[in-house]
Amino acid sequence: MQTDPNPKKSKDSPSNSDSTESTQSASPFPDDVLGKVLSFLNSDKDRSSVSLVCKDWYNAERWTRTKLFIGNCYSVSPEIVATRFPKITSVTLKGKPRFSDFNLVPQNWGADVHYWLVMFAKVYPFLEELRLKRMTVSDESLEILATAFPGFRALSLMSCDGFSTDGLKSVATHCRNLTELDIQDTDIDDFNGGWLSCFPENFGSLEVLNFASLDSEVNFDALERLVSRCKSLRVLKVNKSITLDQLQRLLLRAPQLMELGTGSFQQELLPGQFGDLESAFSNCKNLRTLSGLWEVTSVYLPVLYAACTSLTFLNLSYAALRSVEFGNLIAYCPNLRRLWVLDTVEDKGLEAVGSSCPLLEELRVFPADPFDQQLHRGVTELGFVAVSRGCSKLHYVLYFCWQMTNAAVATIVQNCPNFTHFRLCIMNPGRPDYLTNEPMDEAFGAVVKTCTKLQRLSVSGLLTDLTFEYIGKHAKNLETLSVAFAGSSDLGMQCVLEGCPKLRKLEIRDCPFGNAALLSGLEKYEKMRSLWMSSCNVTITACQQLAREMPRLNVEVMKDKESDDSQADKVYVYRSVAGPRRDAPPFVLTL
Amino acid sequence: MEGYSRKDVGCPQLLDLIPKEKEWLVKSAEETNHGLSEEKKLELRLGPPGGDWTFKQICGPTNESLLFFGFLPNTTAGATTTTSPWQHQTKASFFSLMEKESCRMVELQGAEKKVFSPANTAVPNSSSAQKRTAPAPVVGWPPIRSFRKNLANGNSSKLSSELQKDFSQKPIENCPKNKFVKINMDGVPIGRKVDLKAFHSYEKLSSAVDELFRGLLSAQSDSSTNGIKKEVEGEKVISGLLDGSGEYTLVYEDNEGDRMLVGDVPWHMFVSTVKRLRVLKSSELPMLFCGSKPGRLSLDRSI
Repeated sequence: MQTDPNPKKSKDSPSNSDSTESTQSASPFPDDVLGKVLSFLNSDKDRSSVSLVCKDWYNAERWTRTKLFIGNCYSVSPEIVATRFPKITSVTLKGKPRFSDFNLVPQNWGADVHYWLVMFAKVYPFLEELRLKRMTVSDESLEILATAFPGFRALSLMSCDGFSTDGLKSVATHCRNLTELDIQDTDIDDFNGGWLSCFPENFGSLEVLNFASLDSEVNFDALERLVSRCKSLRVLKVNKSITLDQLQRLLLRAPQLMELGTGSFQQELLPGQFGDLESAFSNCKNLRTLSGLWEVTSVYLPVLYAACTSLTFLNLSYAALRSVEFGNLIAYCPNLRRLWVLDTVEDKGLEAVGSSCPLLEELRVFPADPFDQQLHRGVTELGFVAVSRGCSKLHYVLYFCWQMTNAAVATIVQNCPNFTHFRLCIMNPGRPDYLTNEPMDEAFGAVVKTCTKLQRLSVSGLLTDLTFEYIGKHAKNLETLSVAFAGSSDLGMQCVLEGCPKLRKLEIRDCPFGNAALLSGLEKYEKMRSLWMSSCNVTITACQQLAREMPRLNVEVMKDKESDDSQADKVYVYRSVAGPRRDAPPFVLTL
Repeated sequence: MEGYSRKDVGCPQLLDLIPKEKEWLVKSAEETNHGLSEEKKLELRLGPPGGDWTFKQICGPTNESLLFFGFLPNTTAGATTTTSPWQHQTKASFFSLMEKESCRMVELQGAEKKVFSPANTAVPNSSSAQKRTAPAPVVGWPPIRSFRKNLANGNSSKLSSELQKDFSQKPIENCPKNKFVKINMDGVPIGRKVDLKAFHSYEKLSSAVDELFRGLLSAQSDSSTNGIKKEVEGEKVISGLLDGSGEYTLVYEDNEGDRMLVGDVPWHMFVSTVKRLRVLKSSELPMLFCGSKPGRLSLDRSI
């Protein structure tokens, strides 16, 4: 969200001639017409542009905005938001830097939603939706949420922490109009599954229920009754405790489902049960998304075949399937747009993808054994190439592998020049092209030269500054760049900062970029959402200089215990209109 | 391959060059990833300043062994610092990776070369749960979220264990202070979670189980909805969990997915391999041994 404390006073309306008669600007539109027009605007970018036109438009926009998107919760404060936007019904808030997903950010760093909720309870009693990502949410906060907003409908918590199933109990008990409860990738204190039983017996408004990342068993009878009552349920993602025969009963109650996350697929089924499960799946005519499938074995995959033809998104990233059984399954999925798999399917499995899924747009291959120092099984460059040959619409890839070549990547982007998201992780840091022993510079060079629409790039392997020269020179639409164990000198980072006009998020770890590189981006960082640099060569002094010269940036440093005093081990820089944050824990130095 | 100081990496591990059951394996040129000649493979070199990126390999023995050196390369791309860009001001620590089919990456640190004696480190003898002396991985690398690591390990350990019979442990990123595992009991629909690190012996675990479920079990016997007959009346102590003498027996599921009787292996080994616990009725124990899949037991999980 861009706030503009000093909206321009210039008008762009032609009918200014009567302005001497009033101190107020004569806009060609009556206010209510303007308001009506603006209420159709949904995109935040458009709304930001509108708000900069003139004071009238700024005001009209702020009164008609109902959806709030805050990409960095510290870029603005609850007070500022409450003052500017009086009519918010939907809030999306993102908190911690992305590298917190990988344990690079200590506990209790911040991004607590509590004060936001306290403010919202005061100014937005009609709040309906709250979507949080990488925020800390306490049970008390959930209690406030559940009780302060009578019309509250949708709660989505992605990669959040800090709460327990007690908090969920509050939500289930009090939110009478809840349509969405979506908990993803969240590691919380799961005391027991009793929260699900807290939905009242007459409650039936759920459309989305996702508790796949919770551990403990829920009361199945309560779940079955809930699913029966919620006639509009379209997304149901259960957790591992739900067995196959329980799943079958749920499917019977909710054949209208569009997205299903199964429970565990490991159970001995009697032949009759197998048939029941199969027909339950084939009765789900609207199924577009399938996930879960924990511990699925090849024996049970055929129950899915009937449902596969209409699937557009298949998430097998929890199912360690091997190439043959996977190949058999994927042959039934000709309409797939998105596929997530484990690398246990190997190159052969990916070849099957290339031949079975011509409409594929997104592929994510996760490592089953990321710390495997032994065998380095999984997928290689060959699998990636095979997919690119068969799936020309591919534009989003996340690929974990142990080896790659420059030539392979060049081939891949030649086959698929429309990449918007290219995230390649060669799992051994600093790996060269394994055939030529050269750095992987040319690979990423090919990516940025060929894929002009590239928005997001993650690089890996042995990379010199040349990679970054290429990026700076060619990646004109790049918004997010992730770099680890790469580069040779400050020049690399400088190239990126000088060359990528649309860069918003830059996250760097373990690279030889130092103070000169950091300071070369002085002007740039205000145009970006954030910069993360950890285990690089940056000193506290340079960070202080940055903070001094750019007062609208927050420069936060975290030190590792053993490093010497001058090193800034972890640096997090972000623009903010709220000033330095007041809730920084002691280990975060705000400069 | 560069090394880099990771403060959270502990002491370098020592090389265990004395093979156990495995033989010394000699790798042919095709099996190496870098196409170097045999001669080069066996060559130990220091990385010269301004030298090119080369990888030193020693093809050696089995995957249980590891040689650690830290390597701080200087690239040709204009690094002007006297220390390598990768070296932090503080002490350097060591990082090494092992290669497929046990070709080894050996990295030599430019300034400080440490030599490790190939002494036999104390390695557990039991072949069923032998820990590799694996390197401590880098924090946050590869960039996988922790929930994915845990899930993947649960699945893939089955796969890799079919191929590698000797070791079952995957290195963990950091040593957690807790190990919470689920524990379910026959006849009790709601499970509990216990922190195994809080106990130091099987006896303590057993008495904890008794405490956790005693009340729940007696409450269950009062309800008549689930059709499971219970003959317990009032709160009865749950005993004899470990020796088969009681009405219930403690079993667990290990990281390979197999159901095992609790108590066979040393406690610390148990803690490292257990994934969940179950308290079964002793009268149903014979089923453990004549299920259709050897070592596998399928229980209706709704219990």
